[in-house]
Amino acid sequence: MKLDPRIPTGPLTEKWSHYREHVKLVSPGNKRKYKVLVVGSGLAGASAAASLGELGYQVESFCYQDSPRRAHSIAAQGGINAAKNYHNDGDSVFRLFYDTIKGGDFRAREANVYRLAQTSVHIIDQCVAQGVPFAREYGGLLDNRSFGGAQVSRTFYARGQTGQQLLIGAYQALERQIGLGTVKMFARHEMLELIVVDGVAKGIVVRDMVSGKIESHMADAVCLATGGYGNVFYLSTNAKGCNTTANWRAYKKGAAFANPCYTQIHPTCIPVSGDHQSKLTLMSESLRNDGRVWVPKRKEDCGKHPSEIPEADRDYYLERKYPSYGNLAPRDISSRSAKEVCDEGRGVGPTGLGVYLDFADSIRRLGKHKIQEKYGNLFEMYERITDENPYEVPMRIYPAVHYTMGGLWVDYELMSTVPGLFVLGEANFSDHGANRLGASALMQGLADGYFVLPYTIGNYLANVKPTDRPSADHTEAKKAEQAVQSRIEKLLSIKGKTTPAHFHRELGKIIWDYCGMARNEAGLKKALALVQDLKKRFWSDVCVPGKGESLNQALEHAGRVADFIELGELMCRDALQRTESCGGHFREEWQTSDGEAKRDDDRFCHVAAWEYQGESQDPLRHEEPLHFENVELATRSYK
Amino acid sequence: MKLKLKVWRQPDAHTPGRMVDYTAEAQPDMSFLEMLDVVNEGLILKQEEPIAFDHDCREGICGSCSMVINGRPHGPRDRTTTCQLHMRSFQDGDTVVVEPWRSSAFPIQKDLVCDRSSFDRIIASGGFISAPTGSAPDANALPIRKSDADRAFDAAACIGCGACVAACPNASAMLFVSAKISHLGKLPQGQPERYTRALSMVEQMDAEGFGSCTNHGECEAACPKGISVENIAQMNRDFLKASVSQRPEVASGGAG
Repeated sequence: MKLDPRIPTGPLTEKWSHYREHVKLVSPGNKRKYKVLVVGSGLAGASAAASLGELGYQVESFCYQDSPRRAHSIAAQGGINAAKNYHNDGDSVFRLFYDTIKGGDFRAREANVYRLAQTSVHIIDQCVAQGVPFAREYGGLLDNRSFGGAQVSRTFYARGQTGQQLLIGAYQALERQIGLGTVKMFARHEMLELIVVDGVAKGIVVRDMVSGKIESHMADAVCLATGGYGNVFYLSTNAKGCNTTANWRAYKKGAAFANPCYTQIHPTCIPVSGDHQSKLTLMSESLRNDGRVWVPKRKEDCGKHPSEIPEADRDYYLERKYPSYGNLAPRDISSRSAKEVCDEGRGVGPTGLGVYLDFADSIRRLGKHKIQEKYGNLFEMYERITDENPYEVPMRIYPAVHYTMGGLWVDYELMSTVPGLFVLGEANFSDHGANRLGASALMQGLADGYFVLPYTIGNYLANVKPTDRPSADHTEAKKAEQAVQSRIEKLLSIKGKTTPAHFHRELGKIIWDYCGMARNEAGLKKALALVQDLKKRFWSDVCVPGKGESLNQALEHAGRVADFIELGELMCRDALQRTESCGGHFREEWQTSDGEAKRDDDRFCHVAAWEYQGESQDPLRHEEPLHFENVELATRSYK
Repeated sequence: MKLKLKVWRQPDAHTPGRMVDYTAEAQPDMSFLEMLDVVNEGLILKQEEPIAFDHDCREGICGSCSMVINGRPHGPRDRTTTCQLHMRSFQDGDTVVVEPWRSSAFPIQKDLVCDRSSFDRIIASGGFISAPTGSAPDANALPIRKSDADRAFDAAACIGCGACVAACPNASAMLFVSAKISHLGKLPQGQPERYTRALSMVEQMDAEGFGSCTNHGECEAACPKGISVENIAQMNRDFLKASVSQRPEVASGGAG
C-alpha cells in the first residue's frame, strides 16, 4: 500500500486555488450519466449530496435514521469557526490555519488545514443565504464568540443550537434536491458492505431496516460521511445510533484506517450518575467563555456545599496553570487537568469525578438575563438532567468522549486508498491532527461537503466511464450481499446469554480505562488481551432475538458492537505503537516534568495508517510523513 | 421505584397491535428511555423481541423520540422530549401507558416506531431557500434586524418530532408547517419564495392526509420546543395572500 497524499505543488496559500483552476471537469451534459452514493446525512453528507445534486449528478443518499434531519451533527451546540475578522481583532486565514495546526499538536497536513481555513469564510456566507438564523447584534450584523485554543473571537453561533441550525440548512438544501429529483433518499437504510470491483469502489450493500431486505446499490463513486467512532467507549456524547460499521467495512475492503488512537475527550460534560446511564450529555465549550472552572484546594472541602467554600480555598486550576488562555485552554489539556485534580482526590459530587463550572462572576458582571440569552437552552438541559439550577449552584462537569480525530485515511482530494471511495467529515482523519479545536467540526463537515468534494470528485469521475458501472448482479455485489446475509444469520443463530448492550458496555469500560485520557504500555497490552477475549465471547454468547426480515433493533446493535470490538483492538494497537504524547493521545511514559504532553517529532511526525491483512493476521502499519514548511514545529504551550 | 407499564406492541405495519403489560424497576435519575432499555435487556435475555422505539441523540434535539406517555406526547413534563424526561417525574407504583404517535399520515412500522417521511416530503415541496452552493454573497452584506433574526430562530427551533400532530384531535401538521414558513418568511433571504412556499407546502401537507387546524392549541402545549401557534396565523396570512395574488408561472419566463 502506498500512501500518496497528492498535495498540489506551489506555495501553501495558492495550492487550493491552483488545484481548482486546473482540475479536470465533467461537462454538464455528462454529469447526469454518473451515479454517486453518499452514506450519512449529517453536515458533511447532506451538504455533499445537495451540492452534487445541484451539479447534476445522480445522487443516492442513505441514512440509518428515519429522516436525514436527525443526523448527530444536529447536537453540536457551540458554534462554527470562520476567519472573517468581522470583529477587527486580528483574525486571518493564516491565524485560523495556525491555531488549528497547533491545536492538533502538529499532527495534521498543512495543505488540508490551510484549505479548511480558506473555505471557512464561504461556509458562513452559504449558510446565511440558506436562512440559518445565526446570532446577530443590534445593528443587524453577525455576532461572534470565543472558543478554546484561540485568542480571537471567530466563532459564529445560533444560541446553543448551532449544529441544529446548520444541519437544518443543509437538510433543506438536500430536500430541495430530493424534490427536484436529482437526489434519491434512502432513510432507515444501513450500509453493511462496500462493493469493490477490480480494486475500485463501485457500490454498497444496504439493509432496509424496516423490511430487513438486503440490496446492492451500484455507482461510479461512493462517499462515506458516516461520522466518528466515539461510541466504541459505549458512554459518549454521540447519538446512540452512531457507529463505525460503514467505515469498518471499508477498512476490511482495503481502505487504510489512520490514527485510530486519536480520540477527543471533551472537558465539559454532565458527570455519570449511575450504571443505567446510556449516554453522556455535553455542555458546550462556549460555556467556558463565561464560566470559571474550579475545585476546592483541600480534599476535606470536597463534600461541602460550594457556597460554603470561600474564594481563598478554591483552586481555579486552568487560570492558574494556563494564565494566557485560562478557562479557554484547549480540550485535551482541560480534560487532562480535570482528571488530574480528580485523581488527587479533589473532585466534587457524589462520585468524586466532577469539577465545578461556575457562572456566579459572570451573572454578577453581566446580569442573569444576558447569561440566559447566551446559554439558556444549555442551562435548561442541565437542570433537566441533574435537577439542579445552574443559575444558583455551579454546574458539575467531567470529561467525556466526544469526537474522534482518527478515521479513514484520505488524500488531498478526500479519496481513500480504495479508488472511488471518498470519505468526508468526522469519518476521515484529515484536518484535526491529534486534537480538534472547538467549533472546527462543523467547519470541516461543511467545508468537505459544500466546497471540497464537489471539485475533487469531478477530477476522479472525469477518468471514469459511466458505461463501466457494473450492474447489481455483478459477482462482487452478490458476494458482498452473501457476506452480509451470513453475518446476520450467524448473529441470530448464536442465541447466547449476553445482550449486545452488555458486550458494548464491557468494551467501553476496557477502552475508557486503558485507551482513554491517559495510556501506558502495560495498560494497552492488557486491553488488547481483554478485547480479543471479548470478541471470542461475543461470537459465542451474544443473544439476538427476532428475525432478519423485519425491523430488529437488537440485531442492528449487535452488528455495530461486533465492529466496535474489532476497532477497539486497532485503537489499542495504534496507541501502543505511538510512543509519544500528542494532543488527545497522552502516553504516561512521555510527559514533561510538569505533566504536559511530550511529543517526539523525530520518530512520530507522521500519520499512522493501518492496512487490514485478513482475520488471522495482524494489520500492517504504514506511515505518511508530515512536512511542515510554513510553520515551525513548536512545543504547544497555552501558558 | 416499581412501575407497571402498558405498552403498544405491533409486529409490523400490516399486523394489528395490542397493549402488553410489563413491570419495570427504575431509579429517579434514569431517563424514561433508560427505563425502557432495562425492560428491553430483560426481554432480550428471555429471547423475546425488545420494544422497538425511535431514539438517537438522547439530548432532546434530534426529534427521534415519538411516544405518547399517559395520553400526552412526550409525557407529563412541559417542553421536554421523551429522552429528557426523567423517572423522578413519576411515583413508585404508577401505571404508565406508552403508545406510538397516532395519525394516518404517520403509519406505524413496529411497536412505537412510525413513519414520519411525510414531514420530509413537505420540506421537499418548498421548505427551503434556493441558494445553490457557491452562489452566496458575503454574510454581512445584508444586515437583519436582531428581533427578526430572533423570531426566525424561535420558529427554526422546531425539531420535527411530530408531537404537534400526535396531540391534535385532527392530526393537523400546521404547527410544523407554519414553523418553517415563519422561519424562512421572517428573513430577507426568504422573501423571493415566500408566497410560493406557503402554497406548495400547504398543498403537500393536505396531500399527505394531515387534518385541518380548528384552533385547539394542543400542538403548542405538546411541543417540546415551545413553538407558538402564532406561526399558524402567520402561515394563514401568507397562504391567503398567496392564494389571491400568485399568478401562474409564465411558461416562457426566462427562456433565452
